[in-house]
Amino acid sequence: MKPPRLLDAWSAVVRRDLLSALRHRADLLTTLIFFVIVASLFPLGVGSDAALLRSIGPGVIWVAALLASILALARLFSGDYADGTLEQLALAPYSLTFLALGKIVAHWLATGLPLVIVAPLLGVQFDLNADALLVLMASLLLGTPTLSLIGAVGAALTLGVRGGGALLSLLILPLYVPVLIFGAGAVEASAAGLGAGAHLSLLGAFLLSALVFAPWATAVSLRIAVE
Amino acid sequence: MLVISQLGCVRGERRLFSEISFEIGPHTLLEVRGPNGSGKTSLLRILCGLLHPAAGRVSWNGRDIHELGEEYRAHMAYLGHASAVKDELTAHENLRYSAATAGLAASTTDISTALDTIGLSGFQGIPCKTLSQGQRRRVAFARLYLCSARPLWILDEPFTALDAAALALTRNLLESHLRSGGMLVLTTHQEVEITSPHTQRIDLGI
Repeated sequence: MKPPRLLDAWSAVVRRDLLSALRHRADLLTTLIFFVIVASLFPLGVGSDAALLRSIGPGVIWVAALLASILALARLFSGDYADGTLEQLALAPYSLTFLALGKIVAHWLATGLPLVIVAPLLGVQFDLNADALLVLMASLLLGTPTLSLIGAVGAALTLGVRGGGALLSLLILPLYVPVLIFGAGAVEASAAGLGAGAHLSLLGAFLLSALVFAPWATAVSLRIAVE
Repeated sequence: MLVISQLGCVRGERRLFSEISFEIGPHTLLEVRGPNGSGKTSLLRILCGLLHPAAGRVSWNGRDIHELGEEYRAHMAYLGHASAVKDELTAHENLRYSAATAGLAASTTDISTALDTIGLSGFQGIPCKTLSQGQRRRVAFARLYLCSARPLWILDEPFTALDAAALALTRNLLESHLRSGGMLVLTTHQEVEITSPHTQRIDLGI
């Protein structure tokens, strides 16, 4: 009787957060528009040298995606913390690790996935070819969930702390560095004709290890936050 | 059976209470009283396992509640200061998702019935941000209707913002829970007479 109930609870967490996100469309658009604007400022500022744009493009898009995902993180648990939903999740007869994973998944679907979908359009501004655009999407598809997972730990740790937003960025940005290096590296490698396989495998490995450790660390931090 | 032995609580530098012991069995109402800041909420949060006590232990059927973990939480319902009602969702959606995450089996009809019973018949489909404070509290209370199979209810100032009609409804709910063998731990500043087969009282802060 218990396992299906557990999945019901998990999917209820995901669906509730997605529904809330849909009703707060302005918040979602903020993240997405921020991503688009930051990545579009560079071609405007640097000029129209196609070779230069091609070489900075992957890095710029990745940095913009990273900043956009930080921007969205502050809202991951703060609403639930303020209205008491987090207490109820902590008191649910299920592992909080598993329910926290549900929240992270919903958060990625609402804020990470749109970045992956819009990224190729931004890539065109940087004169990236079709292969590079595909690799860009693949690297973001593997990388942004990792960002959400790592970010969730930071969001849970800074919950209820005054000025938590700035602290969150300081705490999380250094941890994003490996994802950034291999994410942007994948696109550069493919543009240079080296193949992106190695980079993408490493991104996949990051994702898997984050999937194992981050929900657990998030749950532990959330329990401290509701105490 | 909930047994509390030699419980002590320290928040910050301040000792709120120490060496509190009591037992609650079926059909029992425990009223926790005391002035503001005497540690009523902390005591309730310790009882439901959100807070670790500085001393002593809480056990459910002979085993420590932190050892039991999920097994204990499946026997307990908690209603805190915050109603856990999401502004952007409707009353029906709020109840559906909070029941599912709490592991309560509730059909759509159960949820509608619960909302009707608590007097929210016409308000099921509108976002909770347009509801009044008291109506939101009713939404939170509607969750308790779905928790009737759980023996232990821990309610922190449940009657805040409720009007006379809602007060009567909730009093009925709590009394029938006690009659059917439930246990109830309650803090309140309002004078609400709940008739119960057994009533115990704890005064904190004296």
